Amino acid sequence: MYAFEYHKPSSVEDAVAALSGKDDPKIVAGGMTLLPTMKQRLAAPSDLIDLGGIAKLVGVREDGGALAVGAMTTHAAVAGNDLVKSRIPALANLAEGIGDPQVRNRGTIGGSVANADPAADYPAGLVGLGATVVTNKREIAADDFFTGLFETALEEDELITSVRFPVPQKAAYAKFANPASRYAIVGVFVAQTDGGIRVAVTGAKGSVFRVAEMEQALSGNFSADAVAGIKVPADEMNGDLHASAEYRAHLVTVMAKRAVAAVG
Amino acid sequence: MPENGIGAPVRRREDKRFLTGKGRYTDDINRPGQLYAYFLRSPVAHAKVTRVETAQAEAAPGVVAVFTGQDMAADNVGSLPCGWTVTDRHGEPHKAPPHYPLVRDKVRYVGDHVAMVVAESYAQARDAADLIEVDYDELPAVVDTKEAMSGTQIHDEAPSNLCFDWELGDKDAVEQAMSQAANVVELDLINNRLIPNAMEPRAAIGDYDSGTDSYTVYSTSQNPHLLRLILCAFVLNLPESRVRVIAPDVGGGFGSKIYAYAEETCCTWAAKKVGRPVKWTAERGEAFVSDAHGRDHVTNVKLAVDQEGKFLALKVDTTANVGAYLSSFSTCVPTYLYATLLAGQYATPAIYANVKAVFTSTAPVDAYRGAGRPEATYLIERVVEVAARQLGMDPAELRRKNFIKPDQFPYQTPVALTYDIGNYEASLDKALEMIDYKGFPARKAEAETRGKLRGIGLSAYIEACGIAPSAVVGALGAGVGLWESAQVRFNATGTVSVMTGAHSHGQGHETSFAQLVSEKLGIPYENVEIVHGDTGAIPMGMGTYGSRSLAVGGSAIVRACDKIVEKGRKIAAHLLEASVDDVEFKDGQFTVVGTDRSKSMGEVAFTAYVPHNYPEGVEPGLDETAFYDPLNFTYPAGVHIAEIEVDPDTGITQIVDWVAVDDFGRVLNPMIVEGQVHGGIAQGVGQALLENCVYDKESGQLVTGSYMDYTMPRADDLPSFRVGMTVTECTHNPLGVKGCGEAGAIAAPPALINAITDAIGEEIDMPATAEKVWRVCQARFAQAAE
Repeated sequence: MYAFEYHKPSSVEDAVAALSGKDDPKIVAGGMTLLPTMKQRLAAPSDLIDLGGIAKLVGVREDGGALAVGAMTTHAAVAGNDLVKSRIPALANLAEGIGDPQVRNRGTIGGSVANADPAADYPAGLVGLGATVVTNKREIAADDFFTGLFETALEEDELITSVRFPVPQKAAYAKFANPASRYAIVGVFVAQTDGGIRVAVTGAKGSVFRVAEMEQALSGNFSADAVAGIKVPADEMNGDLHASAEYRAHLVTVMAKRAVAAVG
Repeated sequence: MPENGIGAPVRRREDKRFLTGKGRYTDDINRPGQLYAYFLRSPVAHAKVTRVETAQAEAAPGVVAVFTGQDMAADNVGSLPCGWTVTDRHGEPHKAPPHYPLVRDKVRYVGDHVAMVVAESYAQARDAADLIEVDYDELPAVVDTKEAMSGTQIHDEAPSNLCFDWELGDKDAVEQAMSQAANVVELDLINNRLIPNAMEPRAAIGDYDSGTDSYTVYSTSQNPHLLRLILCAFVLNLPESRVRVIAPDVGGGFGSKIYAYAEETCCTWAAKKVGRPVKWTAERGEAFVSDAHGRDHVTNVKLAVDQEGKFLALKVDTTANVGAYLSSFSTCVPTYLYATLLAGQYATPAIYANVKAVFTSTAPVDAYRGAGRPEATYLIERVVEVAARQLGMDPAELRRKNFIKPDQFPYQTPVALTYDIGNYEASLDKALEMIDYKGFPARKAEAETRGKLRGIGLSAYIEACGIAPSAVVGALGAGVGLWESAQVRFNATGTVSVMTGAHSHGQGHETSFAQLVSEKLGIPYENVEIVHGDTGAIPMGMGTYGSRSLAVGGSAIVRACDKIVEKGRKIAAHLLEASVDDVEFKDGQFTVVGTDRSKSMGEVAFTAYVPHNYPEGVEPGLDETAFYDPLNFTYPAGVHIAEIEVDPDTGITQIVDWVAVDDFGRVLNPMIVEGQVHGGIAQGVGQALLENCVYDKESGQLVTGSYMDYTMPRADDLPSFRVGMTVTECTHNPLGVKGCGEAGAIAAPPALINAITDAIGEEIDMPATAEKVWRVCQARFAQAAE
């Protein structure tokens, strides 16, 4: 790790102010990606702005029928939250399957969403539920938020403050985990929402994506059989040591079937 | 028997400090004035080093010194030796190119040691290393075992990258049997390369005292005396009497901490150069690239079988990757710890093995839990399983038909070893019963209704432990003797300190050895303290590896206890005014035979140190040392059976049941033994299902260099193991014990792969990852659909 300046603001405004005038500042939430990267000397920010001192970014509350999850709420807190468990159990399940207990106790929803790791679980949950990312400046629909590999719609001086999840009728998340890292090789989130059926896939491509063909099929016949024959093309899929593109494409269908079956 | 004596499942006394964070590992030790070392490692796999410029780094904040291979050469620092000379089939010794602690002109693997920075803090040392300029004239990498002999030559001394071409057994007899056999079953196998991943990374502190011109080395070593011997006699040219090596609490080794590495060598040498202690602790990433790796064999095996299913001959051709340099014992692993085990549990009359060891531009490969024996067991148990399938025989019955029978012991195998004792059918029967072998078809049918492919796989393993009779290993090329030492010292008030040459880095010796001494001397378990891991405190010892601690180290303790009792009888006889011949020792009491007159062990010990009333001609004190050289290897053996279910949609294998029936001879602490079995199976499952060390073929970069990509087994990958025991006591050591540390890692891989291939009906190499299994399932379903 290289030397850096450490800042711990107590409000979002101070955090944004702390960003300005620095060479290469980085926001740190749970630090589950940034700190290992810095330890390996693959990142060398001039300044770290720690959001851990901003109390109002933590917690889950009801927000006009939706659930608003504060950006600094840990995965463990989401997994164990009574509101989340009763209203969107699929989201609690998703959070409970992220990484390992250490990661879940440090990692936060805001950090995960802002980092937009192609294999992270939360992007599937956000897009699958049609969530809204709330920042210090505006609200961004999840469908518009994830723009590519580690790329989001966030601007330089923009911080996520919460994520607002509409409550679906039913939903489920099925994940095929990387055996080593436990990130998603393929994770499929399926939800019956007021806006229709949504099928969102993480891990398989550079960024989370929806499968329109599956959504359509499920709208007519909500059963695992309806998606069993729908294949996503392998040519855009990620391929690595643990799963080739062809295998990932196959797993999208398998995990979609399982998520649909779990929705019931 | 005392309450905590032999056979009692005593909880491990060392766990209190380990579980409460009070363990004292090398990195917990800090010496006054200590400096920190960082090693600049090669970022490329194979290159000539044409320039190393250190001036800028030397001027960096906090830097005390920067050393290169040239500095060590100027000080006449030697090469890290390989301690076992293998003579090849043409009578030539193996190729032993120099292995300098810091490279002199060439780097040969990613992670090779280019320079050492010593600074006031670790961060400063690391920062300064960024300022060292190195020019690498890159050469092609060669990482693949199969292709090594046609790849770029890595050492001038080793044309075709061949380290040795060695053989064992009767080639003519095997070829003749093959040519006449009704069936020859052939298999090509890869024994995948593994990265050991001890929980505690390696660490070292070199501390030089100019007042006495002596060194203290703290090191994460499995065998501190051997490290001292290598450092002093081979590399740094120091008198052993001036070097003390302390291996304090060590968090796991699995073989990877047997060896003398560059880092502790450099820290020791540098401590005198800079006049201050020098500490180094590996980061996890360094452990991945620079700990000695394990396995990495490519093998063709042929088994000749007659019409009734009797094995006639076994022929094995193996290429073994030894990495870029020879690690301390790398040559004996794919030879004398491998081919000598190729009889397995079977009375195969003719066996021949040819092993070619090859250099590659990868980290050195050496012994890793099992060391040679897992590789042997894997190929035997795979080819036997495939033979059963090809001949349409039950795999359990084919094994039974070919087992060495109890009345055949001692059994001379065609590959040098003489098994002293065993009862393989007993273990097989017990394992079959425990798993309900007969009920398997019904379970398979039930699994099918859930869309799962269920498979069952056996593994009947044997290993040679208790390494080893010194004269035997000496004749085979070992540079050391493999005896063990023990000193049993009574203190005046009746407590006992036991100094053992064995080293505990997770094995629980502080508990099990205390149980042993408690039983032998009839004193309370709590009164026995076990001291190990410090050349300044223990007699010269050979350390822990090869499941040898109890069989060899424990035997030395027994011999030392015998000497204590022998002397105690003389003292007791004097106190009891009886003849020595009339005094017997039992349960801690010296008693005049046929009377109730006795003296306790404690009274005798006190008398030995306060000898006011003492026998003439007997020395005061009660402190005895014994060295034990085993007469033979020990031969633990057993049968493991794995039952698995494959999900054909994903290729995921779930282990649904595991039965392990092991014959370890007499068992000292069954709880510790069971724990060793569990841990061993976990590592075996890791190899078979999850773990794989991958180097990029083009660049030679380690692809699986972190836990993001190298899949260690986790608790949720493993089932609840069901462990059973059978017992035939070892015939040639005083305890009748055999050793248990490696059995699980040896037995598990073939059991699991046999189960998976049984389920999916196709051969598959380790690790049987989900995608590999899925591809087989896909191909079969496609075939079935056609």
